Amino acid sequence: MSVSAIGAYTYAPHDTADRFAAPLLYVAWDEHMMFAAPAVVPIAMDTTMADVQAKVLAALYSAHPDFERIQWTRVQWFCGDRMFTPQPNATLADHGFKHKSVLRFRTPGLEGLRRSCG
Amino acid sequence: MDKRVEKKKLDLSSRYQALTQDLQWDTSYQSMDKVFPYARYEGIRINDWSQWQDPFKMTLDVWWRQQSEKDRRLYAVLDAFAQNNGQIGVSDARYVNAVKLVLQAFAPMKYALHRSLAHSARNLPGDAARIAAQIQATEQLRHSQLTVHAASVYNKYFNGMHAAPRWHEQAWYLAPVKSFADDIASAGPFELMVAISFGFETLLSDTLYVPFMSAAAHNGDLSMVPAGFSSQSDVTRHKQAGTAMVKFLLQQDSLNIATVQRWVDKWFWRSFRLMPLVAMLQDYMVPKRVGSWKESWNTFVEAPINALFAELAPYGLKKPAGWQAACAAKDHLSHQSWNAFYGYGHAIAFHTWVPGNDELAWLDSKYPNSFDRWYRPRLTHYAQLEAAGKRFHNHSLPMQCQVCQQPMMFTEPGDGRWISYRETRHEEESFHFCSDQCQTIFSNEPDKYVQAQLASHTILHSNSNNTPEDALQASIAALGVVIGRDNGEFHGSEDDTNFTEWGGGQDMKEAQL
Repeated sequence: MSVSAIGAYTYAPHDTADRFAAPLLYVAWDEHMMFAAPAVVPIAMDTTMADVQAKVLAALYSAHPDFERIQWTRVQWFCGDRMFTPQPNATLADHGFKHKSVLRFRTPGLEGLRRSCG
Repeated sequence: MDKRVEKKKLDLSSRYQALTQDLQWDTSYQSMDKVFPYARYEGIRINDWSQWQDPFKMTLDVWWRQQSEKDRRLYAVLDAFAQNNGQIGVSDARYVNAVKLVLQAFAPMKYALHRSLAHSARNLPGDAARIAAQIQATEQLRHSQLTVHAASVYNKYFNGMHAAPRWHEQAWYLAPVKSFADDIASAGPFELMVAISFGFETLLSDTLYVPFMSAAAHNGDLSMVPAGFSSQSDVTRHKQAGTAMVKFLLQQDSLNIATVQRWVDKWFWRSFRLMPLVAMLQDYMVPKRVGSWKESWNTFVEAPINALFAELAPYGLKKPAGWQAACAAKDHLSHQSWNAFYGYGHAIAFHTWVPGNDELAWLDSKYPNSFDRWYRPRLTHYAQLEAAGKRFHNHSLPMQCQVCQQPMMFTEPGDGRWISYRETRHEEESFHFCSDQCQTIFSNEPDKYVQAQLASHTILHSNSNNTPEDALQASIAALGVVIGRDNGEFHGSEDDTNFTEWGGGQDMKEAQL
């Protein structure tokens, strides 16, 4: 039984994609925990990676002094645990993202405030 | 004339027998299963309820007398504190934020726990167990009230204390506490007793009571101190009763062992996931410090739990599955938590600040392995931004763990670099967790946790008009929190300027000289 209950018990998941105006994407910049937790971003899955970088990431992270030092060609990208190489004109869906996927990026050489991962 | 014979008084155990066990009978018009419908579904087998031992043999009349005596003394002290304007005598107005956090997080939690215990008191088919649950339920209610009464003197003079029950229900940052209480409320009568009496009270409640009460005393808060001690004398009893209960369950049937172990694993971890609040309270929120979170953990958790589980090993119970991970977090927990609250400081209902230089040095001395390496640079950076008039605000909506509902702010055990991510696919849907333990809790009962209402998601549901930009702040403002007055930066806040104007904290400063 998938829940301990006194009788039959079923409940539809609370956060399926149809309940939101746009699918949810979790976004995190590895080794930069000045932003304490990954962000929840509602976003259409046909958004291109170029727009993700220019709009979403800039809006979330430009307050960090490392942000303007990012060399975008060296950035490592992850969908969950899977590393991928983004194509600027390809969309999130093209790269395998779905509702509630995690997009992480890592910036080698930039490890946060005084290399503290802050 | 007949000689009057003095009625012989019953001795303690006969009285206990008469006032608890003799109140039990087997029903005849209705089946016991219909009268106690929740007794069997959790899979716990009880062969002989008379083996349930209340270590204190507490009967209601004794208990009433004790509690009323405690209340009489306590309220005399609370009244004296209020009449002497005790609020001006605390060390520093920052301290009051610790009171706010206790009022917002733990007073409503205790209230919720009393309701769950009342459910056990009605539904356990054993007499002594029912009495024990009933007494504990009433005590949780009393603790909730004491906290509210002790804090009420501050509510007249400081902001951010006006709607704690509502915030407990709906504020995003109190979701870990609410979801903890809701998880208990929806458990069966056995599981919830293990959760409250053993998982929370026996294993972790000392971290809340002992260090916070000494810190409160140290900071001149003679309102919260007696309230805390008055509660703690009950909790000491709950702890021993919790251990006795777990032994009883383990001894009744060897088939119970696996179930009890699963509950101990779960409720140790769920209780541990409330500790970020307690840890930062101790390391960051009390201006005059008595000791660090790490020291408390070593003294009040590691040593006693090692001893306790050595005692329980012959019964077949092992240490909770998350034990190593919890111990490994002691160098990081308070810093990660305060960092998150500081960043989201505009979306909570108390003030945050960067510790002063002497306080940073204290943190470094207490956390030589982690503070300078990982956490001081963040605080230094925030202080620089603040000095330049650009206080840091984290405007994003935090991703939350599906089970504990904490923001995903925890790093891998023993490490300060990588945030800990766990993911499970369940019926074509992704679910995310902060730890192996939360992932396991989900996997054991997925249908319970798929319905979790995560605050960050609720804000974004399609019926909501909030935009993601500052949605977190909007969500807290909608709960009656005045942005910038009840929250945000402490320095320069109304609490700060009022306290200075009243000459607050002077007595303590002079005493130090």
